[in-house]
Amino acid sequence: MRKLTYCDALREAMVQEMERDKSVFVYGIGVPDHKAIFGTTAGIQERFGAQRCFDTPLAEDTMSGFGLGAALNGLRPINIHIRVDFLLLAMNQIANMISCCRYSSRGMLKAPMVIRAVIGRGWGQGFQHSKSMHSVFAHIPGLKVVLPTTPRDAKGLLTAAIRDDNPVLMIEHRWLYWQEGEVPQAPFVEPLGKSNVIRNGKDITIVALSWMNVEALKAAEILQRRGISVEIVDPRTISPLDDEPIVRSVKKTGRCIIADYDWIHSGFSAEIATKIYEKCLGKLKQPIERIGFAPTPCPTVRHLENEFYPNAINIIRMVEKMLHLSPTDLSGEEFYSHEKRFKGPF
Amino acid sequence: MRKDLSIELYRKMYLIRSCEENIRKVYCEDEMKTPMHMSMGAEAINAGVCQALNKDDQVFGTYRSHALYLAKTGNIYNFFAEMYGKNTALLKGKGGSMHLCDPQKGFMGTSAIVASSISVAVGAAFANKVKGNGKVVAVFFGDGATDEGTFWESINVAALMKIPVIFICEDNGLAVHTSAKQRKGYKDITKVIGKFNCSVFKDDTTKVEQIYDLAAKAIKSARSTNVPCFIQLKYYRYLEHVGINEDFDSGYRSRNEFADWYKKDPIILQRARLKTIGVSEKAIQEAEKEIDRKIVVVMKKVKYEPFAQVQELYEEVLE
Repeated sequence: MRKLTYCDALREAMVQEMERDKSVFVYGIGVPDHKAIFGTTAGIQERFGAQRCFDTPLAEDTMSGFGLGAALNGLRPINIHIRVDFLLLAMNQIANMISCCRYSSRGMLKAPMVIRAVIGRGWGQGFQHSKSMHSVFAHIPGLKVVLPTTPRDAKGLLTAAIRDDNPVLMIEHRWLYWQEGEVPQAPFVEPLGKSNVIRNGKDITIVALSWMNVEALKAAEILQRRGISVEIVDPRTISPLDDEPIVRSVKKTGRCIIADYDWIHSGFSAEIATKIYEKCLGKLKQPIERIGFAPTPCPTVRHLENEFYPNAINIIRMVEKMLHLSPTDLSGEEFYSHEKRFKGPF
Repeated sequence: MRKDLSIELYRKMYLIRSCEENIRKVYCEDEMKTPMHMSMGAEAINAGVCQALNKDDQVFGTYRSHALYLAKTGNIYNFFAEMYGKNTALLKGKGGSMHLCDPQKGFMGTSAIVASSISVAVGAAFANKVKGNGKVVAVFFGDGATDEGTFWESINVAALMKIPVIFICEDNGLAVHTSAKQRKGYKDITKVIGKFNCSVFKDDTTKVEQIYDLAAKAIKSARSTNVPCFIQLKYYRYLEHVGINEDFDSGYRSRNEFADWYKKDPIILQRARLKTIGVSEKAIQEAEKEIDRKIVVVMKKVKYEPFAQVQELYEEVLE
C-alpha cells in the first residue's frame, strides 16, 4: 500500500473532506502562511479559496467561539492551534461553551467542530510550547479527545472527527509528523472511541499514548531479543475511552505499564490504572506502573529536557524491574533522536 | 402601519414586565429554583431591537435575558416551564433562567460567563454570510462585557472579516455593583469602536419607538453592507444584580437615582404615547388584561406539570 507521512495524512484528510463537504472550512493563526502548520495545511487556501481557509487575529478564545457559532449554524470548522499551550487561551470557550452547546440546547444545537492542536518538543521548546494537557480536556463532558499515533490513524481519525457531530479535540505530537506508514488513498473513517492493539505480546501490557507508542515499540523490539513479549495498546481516543482492549490485554498478561505523554499526577494514566484495577484486580500479578513527564515544568536546556521526558529506556528498565530481570545492555542500541530529523528554530 | 407598530411594541414590553412581576410574586414559594437576573428597566431595548429584526434573524443573549427571550420568541409557555424546570420546557429545566434557548425562534442561546456569547454570535453570522441566507445576528450584552478581551477581539474580527453582526450593549452603568467609572480607562466607548470598520450608534432614550427606529437603521445598514454595527443603549437596572428585590439601601446607588429613571420608565412612556396616537384607555387596559390573563393561565398550568425523569440528566451530552 501507498506510504504517507503523518503530516501528509492529516492534510489529505482535510483536503478530501473539504472536497466532499463544502461546509468544512479550516482556520487558525498561521494556517495559510508559507509554513502551513508544518505542512498540514499546505495548498489548501489555493485550492479552496480564502473563505474556506483563512488566517485569524491572535485571539484564540474568540476564534474558538467563532468556530462554535459557525458550527451551530451548519458549518464544520477545523480550528488549528500550532501549540496545545496556546489552546489554553481558548479554555473558556472549550469548557464553558463548546462542550456544553449540545447539553445546553438539549440537542437542538450541535457543534460539529474539530480543534487540532500540536504538542511541541525539542530544540528548546521550553515550558510553554511543550504541553499535551489531554487529561484536562478529557475531563470535560461533551468533548471527544483524540491523539492519533500512526499516519493511518491520523487520516482516519481526523476524517471521523470532521464528520462527527460533536466537538472533537485532536492532539498531535510534532515528532509524529515525520512518521511514515501505509495510508489508504481513498477517504476512510477510523471510528472514534476505539482502542487499538498495535503489537501483540503475552508477558506485559504497555498502554501508550501518542509519541509514547514510538518509544514503547522500540522498547518492545529490544526486549523481544531477550525473549520478552510485550503487548502495546494505543487508546487513540481518550474520551470516550474504549477500555475493553486494555482490560483484555491486562487479563492476559497480568502486568501493565502505562506510558503517558504527560505528567503523572492526576493524569490520564491514573484513569487507565483505575479502570484496570476496577476490572482486572484478581488477574494482576503486580501493581501497575506508570511512566510520564518529570513532575516539573519542561526545561529548555537539552540535558535537563532529556531527563524530563520519558523514553524507551525508561520503559525497558521498568519492564526489567517488573519481571525481575537484569538490565539489558543497551550500548550500541540506536534510539530515536530528533537531532537527526529536526534542526530548530522554526 | 405605525400605529400597529406602536401597539405591538407596547404589548411586547408589557408582556416582559408582567412576566417578571409575576416571577416576583411567586419566587418566595421557592419553586423556581434558578437564579433570577431580572431585566426590569431594559424592556425598550429588547422589544425595540427585536421588533426591528426579521423573525428568522438570530439573537444571542446573556444570563440576563428574560426580556430578550420574550421579545424575540413571545414563548411565555416555554419561559415559565423552564423557570419551573418542568419536563414540558424545551430544555426540561436543564437551562433555567440563565440559559434559555429556543433556536427555532432565532433565540440561539445565552452565556452566564460575561461576554462569552459575543464571539459565538460572530461565528454564527459568518456562517449566515457564507450561506447567503440573509439572516443577521444580534448579540446582546451588558457594559461589563465591554471590559472583557473577547469583546474587543470580536469587534475586531467582525470588522476585519466584514461580518454583519449587530453588537448591542445594554448599558446600565454597572457590572454587578461596580460602576463604569471604576472600570473604564476611556471616556466614550463609541468613539473607540468608531475607529474600527464598524458602524456605531448610540442613544440614551427609554422611548421604545426611538430605539426601534435606530435599530432598524443599524440592521438595514449591516444587512446591506456587511459592516458590523455597535449600538450602545442605556437603561437603569431596577432590581438587584441577581434576585427579585430592590437594593437601593445597599449603598452603591440611591433610590433617588431610580426615581429619576422611573419617570421615564419605558412602559409608562409608551403607554402615554399610545394615548396620544388615539388608542383609548379602555383598549390599553384590555390588552394588558389579556396579557396578564395569559401569563397567569400558563403559570398555573406549568406549575403542576411533571419534572423530567432522572434519566434526563444524562441526555444530550454527546450525540
